[in-house]
Formats: sequence, structure tokens, C-alpha cells
Amino acid sequence: MHKKTVHEIRDLLRRKEISSVELTKIALERINSIDDRLGAFISVYGEQALEAAKDVDRKIASGEELPDLAGIPTALKDNMNMKGTKTTCASRMLENFVSPYDAGVTERLKENGAVIIGKTNMDEFAMGSSNETSYFKKVRNPYDLERVPGGSSGGSAAAVASGEVYYSLGSDTGGSIRQPAAMCGVVGLKPTYGRVSRYGLVAFASSLDQIGPFTKDVEDCAIVLNAISGKDERDSTSADVKVEDFTKYLNRDIRGMRIGMPVEFFGEGISEDVRKIIIDAVEVFKSQGAEVKEISLPMSRYALEVYYILASSEASSNLARFDGIRYGYRAESYSDAVDIYTKSRSQGFGDEVKRRIMLGTYALSAGYYDAYYKKALQIRTLIINEFKEAYKNVDIILSPTSPTTAFKLGEKINDPLSMYLSDIYTVPVNIAGIPAISIPAGLSNGLPVGLQLMGNYFEEGTLLKAAHAFERATEHHRIRPSI
Amino acid sequence: MSVSIKDVEYVAKLARLEFSEKEKVKFTEELNSILKYVEKLSEVDTSGVEPAIGAYPMYNALREDEISPSLDREEILKNAPDKQDGYFKVPKVID
Amino acid sequence: MDFEVIIGLEVHAELSTNTKIYCGCTTEFGGEQNTHCCPVCLGLPGSLPVLNKKVVDYAIKAGLALNCDINRLTHMARKNYFYPDTPKNYQITQDETPLCRDGYIEIETEGGLKKIGIQRIHIEEDAGKNVHMEDSSYVDYNRAGVPLIEIVSKPDMRSPKEARMYLEKLKAILQYTGVSDVKMEEGSLRCDANISIRPEGSNEFGTKVEVKNMNSFRAVERALEYEAKRQMEAYERGEKIIQETRRWDEGRGETVTMRSKEEAHDYRYFPEPDMIYLSVDDEWIESIRKSLPELPDARRRRYINEFGLPEYDSEILTSSKKLADFFEECVNEGGRPKEISNWIMGEILRTLKDRSMEIEDIKFAPGHLVKLVSLVDKGTISGTIAKKVFKDMFETGEDPEKIVKEKGLVQVSDEGAIRELINKVLDENPQSVADFKAGKTKAMGFIVGQVMKASKGKANPQIVNKILTEELNKR
Repeated sequence: MHKKTVHEIRDLLRRKEISSVELTKIALERINSIDDRLGAFISVYGEQALEAAKDVDRKIASGEELPDLAGIPTALKDNMNMKGTKTTCASRMLENFVSPYDAGVTERLKENGAVIIGKTNMDEFAMGSSNETSYFKKVRNPYDLERVPGGSSGGSAAAVASGEVYYSLGSDTGGSIRQPAAMCGVVGLKPTYGRVSRYGLVAFASSLDQIGPFTKDVEDCAIVLNAISGKDERDSTSADVKVEDFTKYLNRDIRGMRIGMPVEFFGEGISEDVRKIIIDAVEVFKSQGAEVKEISLPMSRYALEVYYILASSEASSNLARFDGIRYGYRAESYSDAVDIYTKSRSQGFGDEVKRRIMLGTYALSAGYYDAYYKKALQIRTLIINEFKEAYKNVDIILSPTSPTTAFKLGEKINDPLSMYLSDIYTVPVNIAGIPAISIPAGLSNGLPVGLQLMGNYFEEGTLLKAAHAFERATEHHRIRPSI
Repeated sequence: MSVSIKDVEYVAKLARLEFSEKEKVKFTEELNSILKYVEKLSEVDTSGVEPAIGAYPMYNALREDEISPSLDREEILKNAPDKQDGYFKVPKVID
Repeated sequence: MDFEVIIGLEVHAELSTNTKIYCGCTTEFGGEQNTHCCPVCLGLPGSLPVLNKKVVDYAIKAGLALNCDINRLTHMARKNYFYPDTPKNYQITQDETPLCRDGYIEIETEGGLKKIGIQRIHIEEDAGKNVHMEDSSYVDYNRAGVPLIEIVSKPDMRSPKEARMYLEKLKAILQYTGVSDVKMEEGSLRCDANISIRPEGSNEFGTKVEVKNMNSFRAVERALEYEAKRQMEAYERGEKIIQETRRWDEGRGETVTMRSKEEAHDYRYFPEPDMIYLSVDDEWIESIRKSLPELPDARRRRYINEFGLPEYDSEILTSSKKLADFFEECVNEGGRPKEISNWIMGEILRTLKDRSMEIEDIKFAPGHLVKLVSLVDKGTISGTIAKKVFKDMFETGEDPEKIVKEKGLVQVSDEGAIRELINKVLDENPQSVADFKAGKTKAMGFIVGQVMKASKGKANPQIVNKILTEELNKR
């Protein structure tokens, strides 16, 4: 049962072949049996989930017509607030923080009858690409427990890949949905900036963060996107764009679709096995009638640098509120108010968080603003313009999601720069604010490789159309890890 | 540009963080290697380029001046490390 | 040596909106601690700010009233600093693009009308409140997120008196527009000053000192007088003036160095990434311009031209919108402008000041004042009695006619009765009559006083004078 997709489960529920309570129990048992090895969950709310499931079952029994996601177990990355439960951001700082309110996406899922089973593990405050910076425990890759699941939404990716839940939500600031989706062999979508409300998502880098779904296939992705998209008056940056039914992009012909392959995304640093699988994927698109052409996005070579300045600067300010006064960790001994701040923050944050706060504080400090922050914003303009220009000639842009497959635990944790490089293909998308999806493209040495498709602003539909066409022509999305 | 231990101490103070001497050395090295990496940005000619505040320009998210309910004080203070008589409590602050 | 004093003021005014600037919590003053808070104004993780449209309306209104240009495209900014009353440890304010700039206020100085420039007006959020106790501080976030405008003047004031006049005019204008309560006691108007001195004739600015903690206009003037003197004396002693922040100590009547902050200010301003551009078009600005009331300067000129009031009366009457409104209502009810003005500037303002009350606290209606004046005009009561009636009316808010009737204060104009009274007084005071006859005209005043006293103030003074002259001549 745990290998099934959301749309399969939905149909079973509608045909009353299984109940939501049964599904929830299966999910809880699955978590119980594998999560001490996998480490995907920080908290599990079994009783609450069963209550929600019972509620859905009652409605099904009474013949009520229910949304697609009703009764299906899911999980939220632990940086999204759910009223009355902890939001830890995998940090000692928020170990005991209980949220008094629901995030926008949490409300949406509840309205859709979702059974939220728990909160997933992540890199501390979403800063990391391997899930090793979590204060609580590491998440492991369900394909190889000695390897990382990617990050920062590693828990959400691993939970879906291993069938603990049928779908989950993650957040993506520089690749934090797509990179772990690629490494765990699932579908991960980062919507257009503003498509999904950030209200209640603990901010890492406000101008880059976006929530999106992890699913087993593209149809599921469209279903979840339907549920979480749309304007939220509580988020000034949420876009007032009409939400379509994304499932209408499934089962569509892609003949004549123009696909661009940027040379900069196939250069130095890409591992040979990844390149080979992506080239095979390109052939699949061609065989479906798409036109594939080489393009160039030279400014994207600066995206990672721009990203580290912008993301760290915004983070240095966003994380200032964690000071031990109103909530969160407070150091046990201190001499005065300033000392509360300094000691609580120094003890409450891990090294990677401190590193980024330091970089961001430096980049914004007197005398350096123009050279770093302002410069990065200007290059952001150039990167945006370059993508806009490219979309005059192509419908989607294709690349690997990550230069390598999942690496070994501990392999890069002591070398920040080499860790940062694993986001090199995902970061330009956040800088531009465009949507991108990572879909399974096959295994290399038993490890999943992700294919990234990038679309123009609010063209999630085009991405889903291309991704679904690829899926129909291949079997990669049916592969499940053996955990 | 490269940073010294003194710079790291200044930035740490601004960010309300403190480090051991050993950590200061480590953070100085790491910051320097990241800064050296991002130095590549200076290659790009950005004269006359407008900074992009946000992914694309958006205008006027405004709310009407209508009261919505506040949280119960119990909820507000639930997560407070120290509180008294409905207040958050901190060691004496000098203005 | 002669010095020139250079002063610039930064004024924070709380806007009178119903809700906070970035969330829907009430701005009501005086609620129980930490009851007007939500995830947004508490800075809870994940919360996001959404700008209150009324705040923009009010700031533009203030900007137009202060002759500013309105910035068509602005963006909010974060100002980063750690302080317990600041929930996010940054303040959402405006930096490079204030909503209004380049305005001015006119003040009446001895040298004539003077323009004091306004550099900028920007919108921002207020902080919470730290309550300091013996060994701890207690934080209340009710005020966190209350909308403010900060009005930054140019360094155009040349004396503490000018600074005070600027503040009075600014307060009047803000009050007229209705965007703020402008109550310094409740903290809805706050003022910090920058002051420096330079030798007369020099073009360079001296080192400026910031002065804080002035809680009234009088305090601003006194603090600046003290500070100017302190700087001049230091200069003459050859001491260097240090750039610093000083605090006005009201009790000791001096400014004292504030404990210097632990590090230099490095606020790391950057565009607030949780918010988007604010675009204000001409239509929006014009609709606000149309809603502007008549402002103090225009009203003052109208009082001079339309009512023929002296400059002095007009200035005082228009210094507060409510005072001017009260005056005009009296005139609309048929009162004669100068007479009404005399009453307001005399009895009314004096009584209000004695009781530390404001014009809006007055119990009687403007029409009652007009009636009171007409009772005197008609000879029903004397001017002296009118003052007594006013006191009653001020206490109770009752109709003056009713007061006069109930207390039997109607003026006596019956010549026979007055003549009888006068002859009685003259009989009782032969010495005064003799003095008058001997040419001591002063004695006349004494006799009139005695007559009025005998009539309990009710005798009509004109008739008393007329008959007294007749009767004295007879003797």
C-alpha cells in the first residue's frame, strides 16, 4: 500500500476499498518500523492524525464529495507552522517552540481534508544541502542509508520516497526541494515565487523561499499544487494570479515544444553518470516530438555567488528575532540582556547557521553594502533578464537537478564550498523566481538521478505537461527503494 | 577583500554571536574562502543596472484598517522563557 | 564671541489608525499588557507584514499639509538592531525612498515669516515598551507595530524659540489634518533634536549633538537653551564638542551624556524582502488633497480678512483646530467675532489653563457663550455678573439665561430704585461726597463701587453713573 501514489489512494478511498483511518495506521506503522533508520521525522502526531482521518471517513460514509487530498496522510517540513504543534526548524533554538497559529499551506491542506501525520526533518533553518545540519539527527537516503538524502528538505523527500507518507511539502530557497527530490528519486516542484503563500513558513531568505510538493509522480504533483496555490492576503509577496486546474496539463502532446539545454549547466563539475542519464532523457523528449536546442545562459555562472550573498544577508536579519526573549532557547546563565542574546544565539544555532549569519551580517555592514548586497541585486536583474530573453525562444529549459547523485554522509560537511556547489543548477531558478520541477530520470549505480525542467513565470502547467510526457514514455517514476 | 579576526569579532558583535578563539580562526578562514569565491561578482559590469528587489516587481499589497482579533495573552506568553504578571521578563535593560 | 545656533528636529507622531501598521491588532491606548498582539507584531517565526492602507493615506495627508513632494514609488526597508522592545530585532521603516520629502513649515519670527524646511517624512512601526523595575525589565508589546510618521526637519532653526514655534505649528497642522492625536503626554508626539553652534559668520557646521527625552514643548526649548549655552561655553574654553547623544534631565534642568551604546550604530539597512513596492498615483494623491481641511495658516489669514481680527487673536485662535472650530461655531450662532475672541482668549483659556483642561473638555455649547454675550448686550446682566454666570456655565454646562433667571441676577435698570439706592449710599458716606466736591474725582469711583456692592452687582452701571452724577450735582 505504501508504494501507491496519491491519485491511486484517492481512487481507493472513493471506491471505499480502504478507509482513511486504515491508511493513517499504515503510515504510522511504516514510520514506526523504518524511521529510526531513516530519520525523516522530527515529530509524529498519531492521535491528531487519526482524529482527522476519522473525520474524513465520516464524511465519506455520509456520501459527501471530497477534495482529492482528503483522507490521505501527508507531512510538513518542520519550518511550517501548525497550530498547537512544535515548529523546530531542526534547531536547538526552537526545540520547544509551539506555534499558536497555522501557516497558509497548513490551512489549505486542512481545508482539503489532508491527514497531517507529522513534521519532517531538515537542515537547520533550511540551511544545507545534505540534511546533516539538523540539530536532532541526520536523515538518510532510502536508496542507501550511508548516503545523504539531499537537503534542506531531506526529511520530506525521504518520507515520500520510502512511503512513510504519500506526499509532503518542502521549501526551496536554492534547491531545497529539487535537489533532495533528485537524490531520493521523487518528483519535487518549486513553484513560481509568489504562487504559494509563505505565511507561516519560517523565513530563511524571504525573496527566494517558496513552498512546494514532493510526490511520487507528476500527476500527484499537479494535484497537490492545485490544493496549495493561490493568493494569501497575509503574504504581501503572494501573487494575485488566477489558479488553474493543473491536472489539465496531464496527458498532453508535446510535439513542437521547444526545449533549451544551457551549455553552462553541462560543464565542469557534472559527474559523467549524471550527464549520461540526462542525455538519455533528452532523447526521450526528442522522440516525443519536442525540439531540443542548445542555448547559453552566461549570467547563470554567477548565480551561486549571488545566492550566497542574498540568502545569507536576508537570513542574518530574518534570524535576528531568535534571541531568547519571547520564545525559543534561552541560555542558562547570563549577566544582562545583551548577554542573553549572545549566549542564547551562540548556543542555540549550529555552525552552518552561524556561518551564514556572519556572512550576511558582513555583506550588509557599513561600507560593504554596495560591493556585496547591491551588486548581487544588480546581477540578479541581469540573470532575470537573461531567463526572460531565453523564454522568447524556448518553452522550457532542461538540465540535471544536481551535478552528482547522493554523496556519502560526512563527505562534504566540513567543506562548505563544495557543499554549496551541489546547488549550482538549482540556485539560478530561485534567483529568477521562475518555477522548476525535478523528476526521476533513472538510476546510476543504484542511486537516483534527477532531471530539472525550468519554466517561465507562472508556467507550471508547461512544466507539468513536459514532465508528464516524459513519465508516460519511461518507467523511472515507478522505481521504489527497498527500505 | 579579506577579513581579519578583528572584522570577525566586529561582525559577531553586530550579529550577537560569540566565538572561542579557535572558532574565530576557523570562521575567519571560512569567511575568507567564501568571500574570495564571491569576488567573481566584481567581474560583472553592473553600471546602470537597477537592483532587483524581489524576483519580479510587484506593487501595492495593502490591507484595510480593520481590526482583527489579537491572540490570547496566555498563547502569547506560552513560549516565553521568563515571564511575570503578563509581561515578558528580561534582566534590567539600560536605555 | 557671538554664535549662531543650528537646530534640526526629528519628530515622531503616532497615526490615529484603528489598527497597527502591519497587522490587524488594535492601536488602542492603555490596554492591559500584551493583549493587543498577534504573530505579526510579536515577530513570531513565519509571520509576515502587510501594510495598512490608512497609514499610507495619513502619511500622504501629513505630507501634503506640510508642503511635501510625494514619492510615487517607494519600498520599505529593514533597520537592524537588537533591543528587547523590538520583537523582530529589526524595525520595518523607510530608508532611501521616504514617502514624502522636501516640504516646509512657516513660522512667525521677529524678523518676519520664516520657512523651516522638512527633509523627509517616512512611515515606520513603533517599538514595544520596557518597564524597568529594581532588577529586571518587563516588556509589553502592545505598542509594537503602532504606526508612526517620522518628520525630519532641515537644520533651519536658529534658536530654541524657533524650534518651539516649529513644533507648535507642526502640532497644529497634524491636528488639523486629523492624522494624529499629537499628545506629547501620551507619547503620541515625540521629539529629538540635533543642535550645533558655530561662530557668527562661519559657513561650516559645528559638531552636532543629539538631545533626547524632552517630554513637552517647554522642555524642548529649555533643553536646547541649556545645550546651546553648554556648547558655547565649551567652545570658548577651547574644548572640543563631542558628537554624542545627551539626555534632558528635566529635574536638574540640564543635559547629560547617555551611556554610550556598546558599539557604533551599523543598522544594515536593506530593502524589506517580505514586502513589495508601494506605488502611489496622481489620482490617489489628488483624492487625499481634496480631503485636506483648511490649515492653520489659511485659517489665520481668513480670520484677519473675514472677521477683522487682530493678527495676535488669529494666531492664538487657530493654534488648535478645536479652539478655532469652537470660535467659528460661536460666530455662526451670531456672536460678534471680536467679542467672542475676547471671551475665548480671556475667561475661557484662563479657566482651561487653571484646571489643566482642553477645549474639547468644555461642557457648555458654543451657543451658550453667544447667549451670554447677548445678555450683556441687551443689558440683562452686567459684565461683572457675566463673569459669574460664565463660571457657573463652565461648571454645569447650563444655559446662561436659566442661570441668570434662577439666581436672580437680572440687572436692575429701574431709575427710581437706583436713585433710592444712590441717595442711601451718599447719605452714609458724607466724607466721600465732600471729597468729590473738593475736586477729588477719585471719590466718584469709590461711591460707584459702594452702589454696586449695595445692589449686589446687579445695578446697571451706565444708569448708576448717570444718576450718580445728577445726585452729586444736586448736593
